[in-house]
Amino acid sequence: MTASAAPGSAPSRPSASLGARAWSVVAVPLVVTVLSVLLGALIMLFSELLVPGKKFDWGLPLAAYSALVNGAVGGPDAIVSTLVYSTPLVFGGLAVGFGFKAGLFNIGAQGQFLVGALGAVMAGVALANAPAAIAIPLAVLAGIVAGGIWGFIPGFLKAVSGAHEVVSTIMMNYIAVQLLAALVSGPLKVPRSPSPVTFDVGNAAFPIILAPNGHLGILLAVLAALFVWWLLYRTTWGFEVRSVGANRDAARYAGMRPKLITVATMTFCGALAGLAGTSVLLGVTHTMTSSFGTTVGFDSIAVALLARSNPLVIVPAALLFGGMRAGAGLMQIQAQIPVELVDVLQATILLFLVASPVLRRLLRVSGRDAGSVVTGATVSSLGSGGVAI
Amino acid sequence: MTEPTGTEITPALEMRGITKRYPGVVANDGISLEVRPGEIHALLGENGAGKTTLMNVLYGLARPDEGEILLDGKPIRIAGPSDAIARGINMVHQHFMLVPVLSVADNILLGEETMANRIFLDRKEAHRRIVELGRRFGFEIDPEAKVGSLSVGWQQRVEILKALYRNARILVLDEPTAVLTPQETEEIFAVLRRLATEGHSIVFISHKLYEVLEVADRITVIRRGRVVGQRLPSETNEDDLAELMVGREVQLTVDRGISHPGAPVLRVTGLEAKDDRGHPAVRGVDLEVRAGEILGIAGVAGNGQDELVESIIGLRHPTAGTVTLAGTDVTGHSPRDMNEAAVAYVPADRHRFGLIKSFSLADNLVLTSYYRPPYAHGVLRNGDAIQKDAISAVERFDIRTPSPTVAAGTLSGGNQQKAVVAREFDRDLKLLVLDQPTRGLDVGSIEFIHRQVIAKRDAGTAVLLVSAELDEVLEMSDRIGVMFGGRIVAVVDGRTADKNEVGLLMATGGTERGAAAPVEAAS
Repeated sequence: MTASAAPGSAPSRPSASLGARAWSVVAVPLVVTVLSVLLGALIMLFSELLVPGKKFDWGLPLAAYSALVNGAVGGPDAIVSTLVYSTPLVFGGLAVGFGFKAGLFNIGAQGQFLVGALGAVMAGVALANAPAAIAIPLAVLAGIVAGGIWGFIPGFLKAVSGAHEVVSTIMMNYIAVQLLAALVSGPLKVPRSPSPVTFDVGNAAFPIILAPNGHLGILLAVLAALFVWWLLYRTTWGFEVRSVGANRDAARYAGMRPKLITVATMTFCGALAGLAGTSVLLGVTHTMTSSFGTTVGFDSIAVALLARSNPLVIVPAALLFGGMRAGAGLMQIQAQIPVELVDVLQATILLFLVASPVLRRLLRVSGRDAGSVVTGATVSSLGSGGVAI
Repeated sequence: MTEPTGTEITPALEMRGITKRYPGVVANDGISLEVRPGEIHALLGENGAGKTTLMNVLYGLARPDEGEILLDGKPIRIAGPSDAIARGINMVHQHFMLVPVLSVADNILLGEETMANRIFLDRKEAHRRIVELGRRFGFEIDPEAKVGSLSVGWQQRVEILKALYRNARILVLDEPTAVLTPQETEEIFAVLRRLATEGHSIVFISHKLYEVLEVADRITVIRRGRVVGQRLPSETNEDDLAELMVGREVQLTVDRGISHPGAPVLRVTGLEAKDDRGHPAVRGVDLEVRAGEILGIAGVAGNGQDELVESIIGLRHPTAGTVTLAGTDVTGHSPRDMNEAAVAYVPADRHRFGLIKSFSLADNLVLTSYYRPPYAHGVLRNGDAIQKDAISAVERFDIRTPSPTVAAGTLSGGNQQKAVVAREFDRDLKLLVLDQPTRGLDVGSIEFIHRQVIAKRDAGTAVLLVSAELDEVLEMSDRIGVMFGGRIVAVVDGRTADKNEVGLLMATGGTERGAAAPVEAAS
């Protein structure tokens, strides 16, 4: 605080260097991640005390983390595995982040993910013997449409009745879980199979583009991130979405139609989350069991928050979380730390993010906080939900 | 007695050399202010001059980098608002801090509960004190009345009562008259004078020159964070104060020249509309604005002006009546349709409607035209055209900003409003609808905006100007409609209108109870 400009001069900041600007973007996510890793280490040390008769080992966290890192980036196979785990998180992160940009809190990414996968498996099984050039696009389209419908419904409800999307998307998540269970153990089940599982998607499966298991979805995810960025910042449609998210009243005044944009945005978010499910189904599992359904939808919220909804930052954020998932197995094998530690790490990252206003003050960086993005979006939409005209 | 016996009176409050720096700006640069017991001391300055910062320092909301505060000659440190209140320093904010659904007494008791015992409030004692305080200062008030049902003027009195209830000795009023009619303003001034004669010290923050001249005992003018002068009302006038405040000579009243009204552009007949809560707000309005004339709508805020304007502009669906634009029925058309039909609108609430504060100035300058060439080709935005347009608008409309890429919310109120004006004025218009176009702005910005409006009128635009600022309506309008209770109760000639007459119409609707009845029956 040495600069004391002449009184009354326009409040201008000295033009920040590129490094300083980059720091202001990555400072909080970086510090949050480091804090979470440290906290995870403490938890590991503490958990050792709970095992009777075991020798206390100060090096355990280091061993666990090195195994985690090794499993995530230690060699070509590990890296491809990280990419595979990250792919649905990119789509999901975009689905949640795009919603934030429009002032919507899409908690329903999980349901849209499941329904998207369901659409993809139904189309994929039906087209299992068709040429891949036909089967893959149609199965992807089915996943997009199914997820889109799952996003459209809460968007439509919000537009016509003011039903808050947080509530309705949570409901839609439950419906999706039960719908999936019913279909997989009913009409979609392989006859006489001992367990509820669908047929294989056959030719609709994504081709491998990176050995051993890196599928086409990886490429699609990167393209999706670029597309969403382009949409948000280079098109009038994105301008409208951001306007509605930033100030609904001003958007209406400016001649935009916030209700229409809400419906369109939720549908688009649903389609993106549907793509997440599609990428897992066509790229990894190829069949669906009644236990299909990871925590991708919820991890996506963390990814979007960590990236502060910036479509391009969502890619590295997804890589971080995907890498943790990819490395968790090796960590369990080598250090006997259960894979669930990754969930703990993700949860603490989220908690620290919510506390990011405090961090910003400590780090002396300015800018919006992930926490305020959420609360802002929810509060404003909760507020407008009640009096929607 | 250790009191100094000379002519020097110990000031009730003294702020010495207050300096407060924010990154890149010095908001207060060695400001000294001295308020004597029983004095009404006006603090005059443009928006952004540092008035609010200074008062935040006094109220413990901001910590000064330099300087000290003395109360009755003794240096004190104010840790926060509760500390300030405990020392008898109270603030009445521009936006009232009242809970509308609670009674007067409950609002006053909030945060200052008078307890009968450890658990229960002593409402009886509280009521007694409230009634007594009101009586002492010349306004009796029912402690059980719901605050939401009171007029704005009375709500303000509740705020003052709240301060008195907390034994305030020094009362800071931030732009207290911004929301009042001339009559209410007079009444509140009477209250303030009464308070002063009882020994209370009052700091009266304002940028309205005539008010300051009328009510203050002494005037301190600040500009760009510094005290630029101190005056007694008897030795100064509006022009002198304006020049001190702005730092250059200011034309306080824009020469509106002669209007040459042409064909009718806007015609509103029998318009009715409801407010957000579903209550009738516009109850049958007929009006006509011709090309090249300014029709001013005077009225106390909340008499249906906002709803009227929103119904015309397409933001609100009228429940009855028609709106025609140059002969075409445009009733219920969308804001986009109206915009396309060469209608521009400057909304009353620039933070809520006029701007998206987190967006760049450049994006805000195309907020209503972002979808049109040259700013967009199809769905593709044209960043270069937007940027070029912004640079030109910044220059032509004198928007003070470091660059067009800064967030609009970081600009001062005057520059924000200039941005709205730049956006809405910068094309050929048939109709220009202005709702409170200069609310909260400093005289320099007001002068600028008024000139722009006159220029638009002279270019043949029909202008509908709604303002709660009676002086603005009187200065600008060729004809004046007075709005009361959702109706236009009178239309008078703008050049011959008398301020008191219009003020009275605003306050009462100009009719005794009986006269209003036939209109009621007709609707």
